[in-house]
Amino acid sequence: MAQRRAVRWHIAVFLAPAVLVYTALMIVPLFGTLNLSLFNLSEAGERMFVGLRNFATLFGDPRWSESFWNALGNNAWFFVVHMLVQNPVGVLLAAILSSPRLRMAAFYRTAIFIPTILSFVIVGFVWKLILSPIWGIAPGMLDAVGLKSLFAPWLGKEEYALTTLALVSVWQFVGIPMMLIYAALLSIPDEVIEAAEMDGVTGWSQFWKIKLPLILPSIGIISILTFVGNFNAFDLIYVSQGALAGPDFATDILGTFLYRTFFGFQLQLGDPHMGATIATAMFGIILVGVCFYLFAIQTRLRRYQF
Amino acid sequence: MIRTMKLALLASTVLSGAAMAEDVTLTIESWRNDDLAIWQEKLIPVFEAANPGIKVVFAPSAPAEYNAVLNSKLDAGSAGDLVTCRPFDASLDLFKKGQLADLTSLAAMANFSDVAKSAWQTDDAASTFCVPMASVIHGFIYNADAFAELGIEVPKTEAEFFAALDKIKADGTYIPMAMGTNDQWEAATMGYNNIGPNYWKGEEGRKALIAGTSKLTDEQWVAPFRQLAKWKDYLGDGFEAQTYPDSQNLFTLGRAAIYPAGSWEISGFNTQAQFKMGAFPPPVAAEGDECYISDHTDIAMGLNAKSAHPEEAKKFLEWVGTAEFANLYANALPGFFALNSTPVTMEDPLAKEIVGWREVCKPTIRSTYQVLSRGTPNLENETWNASANVIKGTETPEDAAKRLQEGLASWYEPQK
Repeated sequence: MAQRRAVRWHIAVFLAPAVLVYTALMIVPLFGTLNLSLFNLSEAGERMFVGLRNFATLFGDPRWSESFWNALGNNAWFFVVHMLVQNPVGVLLAAILSSPRLRMAAFYRTAIFIPTILSFVIVGFVWKLILSPIWGIAPGMLDAVGLKSLFAPWLGKEEYALTTLALVSVWQFVGIPMMLIYAALLSIPDEVIEAAEMDGVTGWSQFWKIKLPLILPSIGIISILTFVGNFNAFDLIYVSQGALAGPDFATDILGTFLYRTFFGFQLQLGDPHMGATIATAMFGIILVGVCFYLFAIQTRLRRYQF
Repeated sequence: MIRTMKLALLASTVLSGAAMAEDVTLTIESWRNDDLAIWQEKLIPVFEAANPGIKVVFAPSAPAEYNAVLNSKLDAGSAGDLVTCRPFDASLDLFKKGQLADLTSLAAMANFSDVAKSAWQTDDAASTFCVPMASVIHGFIYNADAFAELGIEVPKTEAEFFAALDKIKADGTYIPMAMGTNDQWEAATMGYNNIGPNYWKGEEGRKALIAGTSKLTDEQWVAPFRQLAKWKDYLGDGFEAQTYPDSQNLFTLGRAAIYPAGSWEISGFNTQAQFKMGAFPPPVAAEGDECYISDHTDIAMGLNAKSAHPEEAKKFLEWVGTAEFANLYANALPGFFALNSTPVTMEDPLAKEIVGWREVCKPTIRSTYQVLSRGTPNLENETWNASANVIKGTETPEDAAKRLQEGLASWYEPQK
């Protein structure tokens, strides 16, 4: 007769703190929000179950859907700017930093990483001042090189405001991909590099052919972090443009749209039910994005074992 | 021995607890973080001296976040005993939810006119839930030294107003008008609702809109947008990204000549500006026309229905309704004009000048505040956006008015 295995209580005991904290702080509120999105107030002001009617309003009512698609479109552009600027620049900086010939690498590394640890409030305020047409140093600096005509009140123009803020956010966070890629580059064993050099693969071609394939998994992780971070973004826009995300909603992203709806703004009272509906839609969008990455991309990435 | 020690310790804890409990602490929720020093140094000590045993703490939050913060705190049951009331629906909603107590029976209510109380009453005026504190008046504050230097008379009519702006612009020393569209609300509050009452004839037009007998696309509601569209040429370079504090600083540093204002600016401007200031009401179309001003009931104080100390809080509210408080408050904060029926003697010259308009012009409140901002889309918030767009020139006055009317008609029965 096989001996019954002893119950391994220690596993449960060691897991319990993390599971409890995570459940209380993340899972319960998440399901609370999903649940709230299925309710709304009746004519008499009582809370009642409405099924998916809130979603029908969000996507069917022309006013709600216009705001939603506008916010989603802006959010997508915000993400595209990060993918096109932040991550390539991060990879480039990491490649330069890992070059053995670079002096003062530690200084550059620290200097580029510091904005990441600054508060959004500081970053938003400082950049607003730099770009201010009245007190800012941007017009003066452009004037000094004779390019004053290129200056525009970027944060106040519909066509530039979102891109400007996206670039400010890139400036703030470029240190994160840089650090991750830098760590990945350092972890490439010297034998691989030496073997490449024996075969005559050096310089940029070594980067493209040897190093880049080895750091692709890190780039994948960075992309998904950028995606989640961008679609949950709120702080920078709120700090620099306010909850109305001016000019004319040109910088309105899902986070600010959610904030205005959920908590209300000025004379507009908060609507927790529609707010939860938007939050659920955001959750869905992020979930789809992450699943796409996990199942369609990550499984195809080739891994190398050393 | 140890046991007696323990008992002694326990007794002293209980006793000191009892001694502590004698002092009741009332907390005031407010969005006026600028006024913290005035409450702490000038107002609260007077009350505390007269009412020993009650301590009052003024705990403001940032203006833009106040409504959201207050609603969350009230829902969670952690809000202060006394709540500073926004006018109309924001507070009415709290009263309907049972979060603000009914104060109709408060003796101090007799000190206020019906108009003063109207912003904090149910639609049928049966219950009042906040004690009115102050109103703010809109108009234009100007740099008197700059006007004297350029030989400009204070404009009375629109033609004179634009002639003055042209003259300042041609001279080039000063930015004619300090306003930006970055924060949007100035365009609506100090723009549209400042100059508008002259066109829609104050209360008459505002009530017609609520009754549904006039529409936002009617001439008197589009005309203020037309004037706003003309302002663009007189604003500073890059006004699209100019924020509210930018505008205040431009004016107080003496770089701009005219500032479309709310009277709440007075105390700040008095300490910042090094030049002589004057004020004029929104110019009328033709000399001798009846003038209208926005004299907006803006701030009041109510009682959190869940307060643990309702009696003490009511005592404080009774005091807020006295002439003594009105006098202290209005003079500590020139520009917040008391609503108390007993007239307050103003000491500040600029505040005196502005409050004097009440005698010559007919007062009204902001058009979007009562009833009309109850639904979604919210008319007040839409007006911010529309006014900013019209000033920037990205939307025509007619299109903006049409959009506002469509938004209002989508949920407001009398306008359908």
